[in-house]
Amino acid sequence: MKIKVKVNGAWREDEVEPRLLLVHYLRDVAGLTGTHIGCETSICGACTVLVNGEAVKSCTLFAVQADGAEILTIEGLAPDGQLHPLQQGFWEEHGLQCGFCTPGMILASYQLLKRNPHPSPEEIRQGLEGNLCRCTGYQHIVKAVEWAAARMSS
Amino acid sequence: MATCKYDWPEAAERHLIGKPISRIDGPAKSSGRAKYTYDINRPGMLFGKVLRCPHAHAKVTSIDISEAKNLPGVKAVRVIQGEGKEILWGGDEIACVAAVSEEVAEDAIRRIKVQYEELPFLVNEEDLERAQSQGHTRAPSVQTKGDPDKAFADPDVVISEGYYGAPVITHCCLETHGQVTEYDGSDHLRVWISTQGVSTIPQQFAEVLGLPATHVEAICDYIGGGFGSKFQIDRWGVECARLSKDAGGKAVKLMLERDAELKVAGTRPSAFAKVKVAAKKDGTLVAWQSEAWGTGGVAGAGVPPLPYVLEGIPNQSKKYTAVSTNTGGARAWRAPNHPQAAVLTLCALDDLAAKLEMDPIEFLTKNTGLAPEHLGETYNDELAKVAELSEWKKYWHPRGRGGSGRIRRGLGVSIHTWGGRGHNSNCDVLIQPDGSVEVRLGSQDLGTGTRTVIAIVAAETLGLPVEAIKVTLGDSRYPYSGASGGSTTVGGVSASTRRGSVDARDQLFAAVAPALGVPPDQLEAAAGHIRVKGNPAKSLSWKQACARLGTKTIQATGKNPGPCELGSSGVGGAQVADVSVDTETGRIKVNRMIAAQDCGLIIDMKTAESQVYGAMIMGISYALFEERVMDDQTGIMLNPNMEFYKLATIGDIPEFIVHMMTGPQYDRRGVIGLGEPPVISPGAAISNAVANAIGVRVPTLPLTPDKVLAALEKA
Repeated sequence: MKIKVKVNGAWREDEVEPRLLLVHYLRDVAGLTGTHIGCETSICGACTVLVNGEAVKSCTLFAVQADGAEILTIEGLAPDGQLHPLQQGFWEEHGLQCGFCTPGMILASYQLLKRNPHPSPEEIRQGLEGNLCRCTGYQHIVKAVEWAAARMSS
Repeated sequence: MATCKYDWPEAAERHLIGKPISRIDGPAKSSGRAKYTYDINRPGMLFGKVLRCPHAHAKVTSIDISEAKNLPGVKAVRVIQGEGKEILWGGDEIACVAAVSEEVAEDAIRRIKVQYEELPFLVNEEDLERAQSQGHTRAPSVQTKGDPDKAFADPDVVISEGYYGAPVITHCCLETHGQVTEYDGSDHLRVWISTQGVSTIPQQFAEVLGLPATHVEAICDYIGGGFGSKFQIDRWGVECARLSKDAGGKAVKLMLERDAELKVAGTRPSAFAKVKVAAKKDGTLVAWQSEAWGTGGVAGAGVPPLPYVLEGIPNQSKKYTAVSTNTGGARAWRAPNHPQAAVLTLCALDDLAAKLEMDPIEFLTKNTGLAPEHLGETYNDELAKVAELSEWKKYWHPRGRGGSGRIRRGLGVSIHTWGGRGHNSNCDVLIQPDGSVEVRLGSQDLGTGTRTVIAIVAAETLGLPVEAIKVTLGDSRYPYSGASGGSTTVGGVSASTRRGSVDARDQLFAAVAPALGVPPDQLEAAAGHIRVKGNPAKSLSWKQACARLGTKTIQATGKNPGPCELGSSGVGGAQVADVSVDTETGRIKVNRMIAAQDCGLIIDMKTAESQVYGAMIMGISYALFEERVMDDQTGIMLNPNMEFYKLATIGDIPEFIVHMMTGPQYDRRGVIGLGEPPVISPGAAISNAVANAIGVRVPTLPLTPDKVLAALEKA
């Protein structure tokens, strides 16, 4: 099937198998490997991307379901190399170790801050409960999101 | 003052070492640029899939791969364990394919026809008598010290007896095991592999594939978790390489699916024990007796070091029985055997302290002389520190006196130890005439911050900022550096980098000394300059100095071990857990975790603290949630996924207080590894806190609500 999607600001058209998952489309067809695959069953959130502004676990969608949609992946968050405050916050506050969960954590946080620009630590924890980190940097992830929230509102 | 050429700088002279410094790979990881093995895509790459045995114990009676071979898009099919082979655990490899897409590879796997003769199996080991009656136990190891019978018979001692345990858990790396293999010609293999030991990979492939090790290159820029499970090339790695060869040398990517990751790619062995322990009425420990057992799969399991930490208890009687089960095999899991030993020992000691009506921190402090060598003093300092930071005196109460309400609060304590001596490491330090600096080595960064500590050590030595150092690792073509296991990496790479950087710096001093008109030993590298000691005005900027090299690049090799001791081993740590238990639902909430940890000289305070935070969260995860569940009826794993193999989430984390032990007595011991020690205590500390809260011991981890309610009912 032919699909047309806007990925990180640029439209593209591809012929895909109906059973192709969005995460595989992004990684293997569009070549955007910053979106990771962890659990394969929509639990860990490593594959989180934004579809029309909503955080979505991209292993739960088929690529064909995203036809016509606008998708933002981690690569699109710093298009000109200038880190987004969330990316800076995860670096500055050590919100990552191995870094495998990081792109998904950042995009889930992105939506969280869009809905609630000044979250309490409790709200950050609640907002990120769908993303797993095994290393685990949870404590610093909360601080990273707080850091970004402060930076984005100043 | 430093007495040996390569010594660490004195505290007052350190500009970077020991400071909280942000990791240098932060931008790559937070922008999606960091490439993990999973992200490697090669031109014309094929996808590999493995057919796995659905039975816990079976014999392959026939296998037919013809239909799979004929499927369009399939480029290679291999039988791994064919007719007549006995399969000893569920999920073991039977056959594999390489095809043009993952989907076609999956279709091909479904077309392989295998028939099995099912055989009897045992997959659960907590019932030791059943395991014995089915012939699944090894001959027990028995050790005796002193006269335990006499010590227990002394009428003046107080004795506590109990049953404790920790089940099999998995590593559950977020990036599964796997690799991309590619032949260049018929006898050169490149392999991108998710590994903890880049430099060790070529030899492993060479041995099995019959290639010279020099013809194999291993690459691992970034790895999504290992925790001890990623040292071997594994059978799926070897078969992936063979698929490449069969497919004319094309690259093949074979990453494990999540279910395989949890079934076959690594577990932590279980440990259960009946423990009897005795102390004098003043709390002095006199006797230990344990009958322990556990499994790590078919091969049994390693013996946990009992009694843990307080190994000098004068009278001991120990028996350990390894149980062989038809389950995926154990691998080193962050501090092998120690978390289990901590549960078996520190929970038993906590029960004894309760029986003695002693505060467990006072009880442990009274007995720290039974710990090895220098550690007694460290533990006393650390126990005092965690008591202070947790406000122990304010919140602790004698066992079971946590009130009569529905929610009961309690505090628990545990201590731990680990080695962590630096491994064998070599590196090249290069200073280019344009002033750029690179450290190259065949090491790997598991996420602990290896790149960053290397950059800090080189920058400190050369008087440069951290950003001026390029660290190149993750490729076996660079100098050999050991695998990252046993918390040996930071000690190894920091020492090799220090020695290499000192030698490179001295070469630069020699090159510029004539221009500054003093002998080389009168020079120092500081603040981006090479300058005359005591006369900083007489200096060259780093760039000017390097320009003096003309066309010559400085290259110095640093080694560990080497001259001047730059590290040692043997750390201690103490942790306190503060929990609330809902006595109606059985649910446990960890309120606070407090840690005091020694790791000798700290290179980067930020990454060091982060190891402790991360380890304690991982500890909460195995204390409260994690357990591999095997089905007695079918022999298969019931939770090979992340829905039902539960990990702690960000909502489960409490308040943390982390205190790194610093000061001259710690610095003097040099760099010691830290990745493992802080993961050891949480299980025991949390279990002890729960016992303190509800007045009764929940015997085995994980401390799930059903077990809490059962323990309360029994009380």
